[in-house]
Amino acid sequence: MALIADHLTLEVDRVPHLDGLSFTLERGRLHTLIGRTLAGKTTLLRAIAGLERIDRGSLDLDGESFLARPVWERDVAMVYEQFINYPHLSVLDNVAFPLRRRGLSADAARERARTVLERVSLVGFEKRRPSQLSGGQQQRVALARALARGADVLLLDEPLANLDYKLREQMREELRGLFSDQGGSIVLYTTTEPAEAMVLGDVVLVMHEGRMLQMGPPDEVFDRPATTTVAGIVNDPPMNIVDAAIEDGLIRLGGGRSLPLPMHMRGLPPGNYRFGLRANELKLGSTDDAVGTVTFSEVSGSETFIHVDTGFGPLVIQIEGVHRFALDAAVPVAIDQERLFAFDPNDRLVAAP
Amino acid sequence: MAQITLRGVGHSYASTGHEEAWALNPLDLVWDDGRTYALLGPSGCGKTTMLNIISGLVRPTRGRVLFDERDVTDMPTAKRNIAQVFQFPVIYGAMSVYENLAFPLVCRKWPRERIARKVAEIADVLDLGRELRRPARALTAAEKQLISLGRGLVREDVTALLMDEPLTVIDPQFKFFLRRKLREIIERFRLTVVYVTHDQNEAMTFADEVVVMNEGRVIQRGSPEELFEYPRTTYVGYFIGSPAMNLFPASADGTALVFGGSRLGSGYEVAALPPGKVEVGVRPEYLELVSEPGENTLPATVTGILDEGSIRVVALMVAGERARLSIPRGRQVPSGDVLVRLPEDKIRVYVEGVLATARA
Repeated sequence: MALIADHLTLEVDRVPHLDGLSFTLERGRLHTLIGRTLAGKTTLLRAIAGLERIDRGSLDLDGESFLARPVWERDVAMVYEQFINYPHLSVLDNVAFPLRRRGLSADAARERARTVLERVSLVGFEKRRPSQLSGGQQQRVALARALARGADVLLLDEPLANLDYKLREQMREELRGLFSDQGGSIVLYTTTEPAEAMVLGDVVLVMHEGRMLQMGPPDEVFDRPATTTVAGIVNDPPMNIVDAAIEDGLIRLGGGRSLPLPMHMRGLPPGNYRFGLRANELKLGSTDDAVGTVTFSEVSGSETFIHVDTGFGPLVIQIEGVHRFALDAAVPVAIDQERLFAFDPNDRLVAAP
Repeated sequence: MAQITLRGVGHSYASTGHEEAWALNPLDLVWDDGRTYALLGPSGCGKTTMLNIISGLVRPTRGRVLFDERDVTDMPTAKRNIAQVFQFPVIYGAMSVYENLAFPLVCRKWPRERIARKVAEIADVLDLGRELRRPARALTAAEKQLISLGRGLVREDVTALLMDEPLTVIDPQFKFFLRRKLREIIERFRLTVVYVTHDQNEAMTFADEVVVMNEGRVIQRGSPEELFEYPRTTYVGYFIGSPAMNLFPASADGTALVFGGSRLGSGYEVAALPPGKVEVGVRPEYLELVSEPGENTLPATVTGILDEGSIRVVALMVAGERARLSIPRGRQVPSGDVLVRLPEDKIRVYVEGVLATARA
């Protein structure tokens, strides 16, 4: 039981907006779709809902063509970034109304609406109008309406993007619980935030410029990013990428520095590679280490981000604690080769720690 | 550049001057010349009202606004020489980048050569030198924000740079880039900056000083370290830091703090605390998993794990209270029954929601 896309393609003026997407979304699992703006996330959701015309490829739900069904025959619920509710209806009727339209009696619809409002913590707000609620509460109403339907496909397009940061953090935890009860639906949730994608998703899909770059469990995507682009998208700050060569059993960085070849790269033939290193796995080293020049540093209360230029390229280093650095100060940068990722010159992952 | 002083400034949007409904409660605040401030708080806390009072978009119901010694309370925005960047880029899409940057100067009837020189200089600072001939709409969101900023900077004698959530439309991956660019510019022009945001990370990384607001009041003003280490109220402890500061109900019995049946060493002079109920706050970053019972160590149960990528957040129950502990990726993830230590020097005590000052 699944929604299966096979080479789904949508072009505008011959420019692919969805570029041969193939993926499987299973019922009862929460899929998060992460990508930068213009990756095609919203276009994909709209295509699934039937709001965009597909040029090539197929989309099947439980073995039947979904594309052949007109919009109104697709059982799809959608939640948007902007909170969309019926302004003239009470909170309760906002949730009950679509149920009535699907043939439930007034009592049964309201009963079901009450249950779902309880799940999204809106008990006591049933009689209010959406305009009398905070942004977070308004989005919960929209969520409740989508959840109440128990639709085949539930699509959420950056539903937390317009909420305050702190509220987003709180809702991220709540949503995890909410969707876990959504047994029968196929849930696809888009975001630009790595932490949100990781925390919410049973499966994380990574999109970039209309293509699907990787899909898998959060751990797998985070620990084995298929390409440098994925590594950039799922890390905040983006993973550092340094061009270097493997030669004579060493990693030769620019600027005359080299590192011993770690165990997990022993199988790689000599040649040019791109090496990836997470900001929080770089450290300030001792005098033996490569020296970088501080171009910028910022403190976030408990952590410091240092941007340095080195003989082998710019790096961002994230260290614990509050440290102050003068611009252009020289700092030693310790690279732990055991934590390095290796990508081939075409940006594909060839070794991970 | 100027020092900006708010003297007894308060604002109410109520038409009849019902001052109970303050959007901004009357306050005194000085923004020092050349420093960067973040105004941080949830929607509706009054931060944008404060910003609009400085820019002149809102005339305060009460109090005076001074730029250095000059009273500007009744001066229109256009005369205040303020550069502003808003949530969404404000650009003329059909004009080229050059025309966008030159526009304020053309309006001021500067001679052509002088405009060309100034635009070239600013474009260079913004790294937009190679984009000058392109239509502005063809640029990325981050570049468009830089144009918005550049249109403010081309004018001479900019008093202050005011920004209202300027990174909202920027992808997380480019926020780093834009933040860094903004800092460079601020340092180069020695600007006084007021930056409004609801995002604690942005506030903490960007500002010299953070002003935390809630419900129309300033709750705490301090460096990012101060706010993180010594939140003045439990609200600041909740709002700053991710996840929020853990708070445990405790009692002070005259000699020690007691939580979950354990006596806690805290670095506070307990005798000076009011007897009765207090709250003990410890940041999730500072809770420690230990293998042996000992001082300040309590049994706990792991109830869940949130994998955020570079860190994992462990949900715990400690003596019947919910707690969060964050551990870096790569370290072993605990399960079941564990022991948690509350490091003595990281404990903060709150009396009626306010940080106690009675340090031993």
